[in-house]
Amino acid sequence: MITRRSYLAALAAAAILAATASNAQERFITVSSTTSTEQSGLFAHLLPAFEKASGIKVRVVALGTGQALDMARRGDADVVFVHDKAAEEKFVAEGFGIKRQEVMYNDFVVIGPKSDPAKAAGKDILEGLRRIEASKSPFVSRGDKSGTHAAELRYWKAAGVDLDKAKGPWYRDTGSGMGPALNTAASMNAYILADRGTWLSFKNRGDLGIIVEGDTKLFNQYGVILVNPAKHPHVKQADGQKFIDWVVSAEGQKAIADYKIGGEQLFFPNAAR
Amino acid sequence: MTALSDSFLTAWQLVVAADARLAAIVLLSLRVSLAATLIACIVGMPIGALLAVGRFPGRRALIVLFNGLMGLPPVVVGLLVYLLLSRAGPLGQFGLLFSPAAMIIAQAILVTPIVAALTRQVVADEWSEYREQLRSLGASRTRAAATLLWDGRFSLSTAALAGFGRAIAEVGAVMIVGGNIDGVTRVMTTTIALETSKGDLPLALALGSILIAVVLAINAVAYAMRGWAERHWG
Repeated sequence: MITRRSYLAALAAAAILAATASNAQERFITVSSTTSTEQSGLFAHLLPAFEKASGIKVRVVALGTGQALDMARRGDADVVFVHDKAAEEKFVAEGFGIKRQEVMYNDFVVIGPKSDPAKAAGKDILEGLRRIEASKSPFVSRGDKSGTHAAELRYWKAAGVDLDKAKGPWYRDTGSGMGPALNTAASMNAYILADRGTWLSFKNRGDLGIIVEGDTKLFNQYGVILVNPAKHPHVKQADGQKFIDWVVSAEGQKAIADYKIGGEQLFFPNAAR
Repeated sequence: MTALSDSFLTAWQLVVAADARLAAIVLLSLRVSLAATLIACIVGMPIGALLAVGRFPGRRALIVLFNGLMGLPPVVVGLLVYLLLSRAGPLGQFGLLFSPAAMIIAQAILVTPIVAALTRQVVADEWSEYREQLRSLGASRTRAAATLLWDGRFSLSTAALAGFGRAIAEVGAVMIVGGNIDGVTRVMTTTIALETSKGDLPLALALGSILIAVVLAINAVAYAMRGWAERHWG
């Protein structure tokens, strides 16, 4: 017979399980950031140093830049650390962020089949894209409003390619993060715009290699913004500011420069001193 | 084929090395999904039993509803719970987003209809068998529901296991409400998704086979316990 007592006991057990599953209170901030910083391993390298220096844990939620900013707009992050200058400035202008500070840069690269059927190889990103479009070679787009997606659209525009007209079966809009999009490109042997950090740490490369790199237009700036406590009173202003101060400090900048994969530096610190 | 053999080798190495981070992730997966399943049983089993023996307007519609909700898409549940728990949402002041508690809530919502619908089926079968007997004893319908739940407790363990299986296997909801934060809300399925994103397919598959092994082990333990309990208290 099920009694009220056994029912209550089960309830209590559920409560205990739920309670033990949640971590003990610790000092932390939530940072909404991009998949490129998380998946390239930068945060895993950077955050332990900051935690040691400050005693503050950093919880990173990695999304596309557009989503990361939206998450902060809803008040679910204390700090945003992303790479889409136009979108970041809009975020600050709307009053959601206090101030945008530049932290570091890396660069975008065009990845594609090593055989390069479109003959896009070289230093010129715009010419490369024109040739991909002209030969209708398969191209994978993030299509997820991320910083990389925004950059890709800017390059097409600058190259004089009207995507709305040019789109066809060759242009695959995947609506996914950098890693999944690279997986798709690898399996289709397609061209794709990627940030160098994610590419360097990406393992499932198939026959893909770097096709276009070194164009100054491919520069990819990262910024950091404290979410405005006036909009969201629970924002951990003091601890969030400490994190920002640290990443732009000499110590934080050095830690960024020190991060390497296979001897290659991924991010180049350039905070204003 | 090398990818497959690589991944089984990786899985084996991870298990042998008793990797502490992996253990923490497995443990968090188990805690979250067990808690969610327990909550789902507490809520879903009485609902299922009442749907089986009750007579009230809208009962049929509710039965169809719960059967249909068994197919709830995890992403949709995740999104719903995200909007509820977000700081800008109605329950934002509790600051539960991106915590294991948020993941438990999402999975409990996902699993409750499964437990309720399967319980209803078990209890309805018993009800058709013992209806007259219970009636003659003068049991009220609520009383009958409780009796039949207890009577069918061994069969109901299957409902609980089905719910648990759904909870531990889903990735869409916990990814959204947990945020896949390293060391805080990263569970088995979100780790697998992350490693897939990084293009480390052998490691992703290795983690996948570990997850399957854990689920199998739990089912084996549950099956053994059921047999033991039936012999002693059956």
